[in-house]
Amino acid sequence: MSFVSQFKAQAQVMTGDLRHRKFIRRALRNYETVRDARKASFQDWPGARQRAAETKWQAVNHLDQHLEQFAAKLESRGTKVHWATTAAQAREIILKIVHDKQAKSVIKSKAMTSEEIHLNDALEHAGLNVVESDLGELIVQLRKETPYHIVFPSMHLTRDEISELFQRELGAAATNDPEELTMIARRALRKKYLTADIGITGANFAIAETGMISITENEGNARLTAALPKTMISLLGIEKVLPRMDDLALFLPLLATMGTGQQLTCYNTLYSGPRQPGETDGPEEWHVVLLDNHRTELLADAEQRDALHCIRCGACLNVCPIFRNVGGHTYGTTYSGPIGSVITPHLRGLQEWKHLSSASSLCGACTETCPVKIDLHHHLLQNRRNAAKQKPSFGEQTAFKLFAFAANRPTLWNFGMTMARIFQPLQGAVKGSMLDPAKAWTKTRDLPPIAPESFKAWWRNRK
Amino acid sequence: MTVTLFIPCFVDALFPRAGISMVEILERLGHKVVFPEAITCCGQPPFNSGYWDEARTVAAKVLPQLANAEAVVIGSGSCGAMLKVFYPQLFENTPQAALAKQISGRTWEFSDFLVSQLGVTDLGAKFPHKVTFHDGCHGLRELGIKKSPRALLGKVNGLELVEMSEAETCCGFGGTFAAKFPMISTAMGEVKCASAVETSAEYIVSNDSSCLMHIQGLLSRQGNPLKTIHLAEVLNQR
Amino acid sequence: MSERENILGRIREALKVGALVPGLHGHGQPASASPLSSPRQWLPKVGDSFDEQLALFAKNAAELKADFQLFKSADEARQAINSLRDKEKWQRVGGHSGDLTDAICPTLNLPLLRTDRPYDVHELEACDAGISECDALIAQTGTVLVTNRSAGGRALSVLPPHHVVLARRDQLVADLPAAFALLQQRYATNYPSMISFITGPSRTGDIERIMVLGAHGPKKLTIICF
Repeated sequence: MSFVSQFKAQAQVMTGDLRHRKFIRRALRNYETVRDARKASFQDWPGARQRAAETKWQAVNHLDQHLEQFAAKLESRGTKVHWATTAAQAREIILKIVHDKQAKSVIKSKAMTSEEIHLNDALEHAGLNVVESDLGELIVQLRKETPYHIVFPSMHLTRDEISELFQRELGAAATNDPEELTMIARRALRKKYLTADIGITGANFAIAETGMISITENEGNARLTAALPKTMISLLGIEKVLPRMDDLALFLPLLATMGTGQQLTCYNTLYSGPRQPGETDGPEEWHVVLLDNHRTELLADAEQRDALHCIRCGACLNVCPIFRNVGGHTYGTTYSGPIGSVITPHLRGLQEWKHLSSASSLCGACTETCPVKIDLHHHLLQNRRNAAKQKPSFGEQTAFKLFAFAANRPTLWNFGMTMARIFQPLQGAVKGSMLDPAKAWTKTRDLPPIAPESFKAWWRNRK
Repeated sequence: MTVTLFIPCFVDALFPRAGISMVEILERLGHKVVFPEAITCCGQPPFNSGYWDEARTVAAKVLPQLANAEAVVIGSGSCGAMLKVFYPQLFENTPQAALAKQISGRTWEFSDFLVSQLGVTDLGAKFPHKVTFHDGCHGLRELGIKKSPRALLGKVNGLELVEMSEAETCCGFGGTFAAKFPMISTAMGEVKCASAVETSAEYIVSNDSSCLMHIQGLLSRQGNPLKTIHLAEVLNQR
Repeated sequence: MSERENILGRIREALKVGALVPGLHGHGQPASASPLSSPRQWLPKVGDSFDEQLALFAKNAAELKADFQLFKSADEARQAINSLRDKEKWQRVGGHSGDLTDAICPTLNLPLLRTDRPYDVHELEACDAGISECDALIAQTGTVLVTNRSAGGRALSVLPPHHVVLARRDQLVADLPAAFALLQQRYATNYPSMISFITGPSRTGDIERIMVLGAHGPKKLTIICF
């Protein structure tokens, strides 16, 4: 089945699941409340947003200089920096490190880039024991699912579903208390931190000026992942750069506000190297893997380059009425919601993924909320244009050519309206059925009657 | 002032009362209304589907019709956004670029025109009903119209405006989207309708007939007595 | 050619075409053309006086479910930590050497695992609390700023179930820009390999978005300030 058919079939199922739609909507309404309170605490939110957008513009539009500076600084303090053009190269680099270390177990903190390159599959295939340490990520890993949402990976599950999962996979006792469920995971993972050979993290920002990565989290799992195993690997997209360390004074609260409605998340941690002389813990070796994976192609599209400003806060998913009604898994992509619909055609092929750009009412709620001002909904429109230009659909193009032909001939157009008025009563007989030419509409909605007298006719008659 | 009225294709055929109300209101305010009958459609359906060449063919016939207009007024945020925001993009680097920009600068959505250009809010209208207002996305986010319709409704005698919690949430119409992804469009519309029903209003008012067509279509199918009405029609009630 | 050169080459090629600055509608100057001012003007307000800032820190800490205890003297601080020991029945704690810890910790009369010397992480895991100093307290956000140099390594502040921070009043800074300025001033020639902004005890909302403390890091964060 093609990606578009899968998307439509899944959307049909999910929009019919009223319990799920209500569950997600309630969670996101709570998010909106706390987010708005945080936004209101800023002295000037629009100013903060504009500054953030300009800073990311600066970072991305001088990406070569920033990456060179970032890598040089890291290398000067003993970090090994790797560059990967493709997902396969990134996997190879990481597998080689793991192999060289003769590692058996890996503990991971949340990294969407690792989802993007299907790292867990590769590691498990190579015989490693891989454990996700973020609670939400652990839950979806145990369920053999992908994250439902880039910030809230398990937000689609109820406590009862999670309890059943923990009973089945971790041998835990039954409970529907979120606190007790969290403690089950805490206990299960403690041993893993202490024994894992390798810790793998992502990064939220890469600071060019000082050669640091910044990791934002709430649970402390990334802190532990970066403290206990002897070898640490961080996988990040090349677009993560910020020019200066003190840019974080804005970006950390911005990310927390839009991501989770917090002033700051619990832990925002900067790493600038492996264990340095005189330091008593932390990894002996640190590898930073810089991932391109089609990002340079997106960079080359100046019109949509701002999509690389994305700080993966998830705010556009949260406000998107499409996401809210079809859910994260329906997209079938690593990055879902508006930002996913914009970038997936660049990352995985325009013709195969253009349907995500069509599956939007272009309402613009995403663009309105984006803290770095990515012109998301207009990029969806541009993807539609680019897809139609590159490979027009015969049916659609013919229809629009006929439409344009008629629209430019008012007499023909008006004749068409008259015919529609005459024949509309007949459509009533087949309404919503296979024979109904408007069935995509009328299956769930009534069509308004064509007015007995059009505006044009009224105008002419009164003159 | 001479006001050139742009009547969207679906208003012409399905909701002429919205257009007629605009004419009557503007004339009562002492303005001359002209209506270029040769205009059929702004070209948004092919434009939004990505077929910009076809959209340009349609829009190119619209431009000369509006070339000498003092003010172009549209009773739809969606078609208004097409002229004001997207025509300049559509005609970028073409011989009509300057004309498209010029028209963009002289185009207004109806409620915005009344309030921001004519400085009018009280039209002496009377509509003794409880209503809720739906912000069409294009009007709200492309044109930035939020306050004008509410300012106008605030002056209607007997009208009680109750805001719905999902006022700014898309109704799910989205043009061809409604037909290409009917299940998503319908689900979005259901959220909208449920939010409107919560207010126990008698009418959903909007400045965009296209959204109302979608919302009304769902309400009628559900057998819900809640009605939809265009803002201009409310403002024209005496 | 290396992948590094391949990637940088593609970036340089792509950047030959300029992109518009967001929000400026093609007119304004790009940010790089003018020096950027401090983000302070946009961030949440912080009072001007020390007392206002201290009160703001206390308010933020309370919202974050951190336990902020303010004392007049080291003696009072010693009493406070002793009562924590008694209340929680500590058997063993982790810590490091420093002006404040050396002044306070001996009073506990407990075995102390020093993490600023080579140590066994399993032993730290068995500690009831980790007691550390910090680089600063940030009023704006209720944050404790630590580095592995100031706070006994990477694990002490995150592995034991209770993190106790000892801080002097004059370590309070107003806001995030001030905290970054302090880091630059203190470490710019040689940054510690880990710098962490700790804002409340560890938490998660991954189950039905309900907040639970103590996800993987400490369940409790006590800040003893004197």
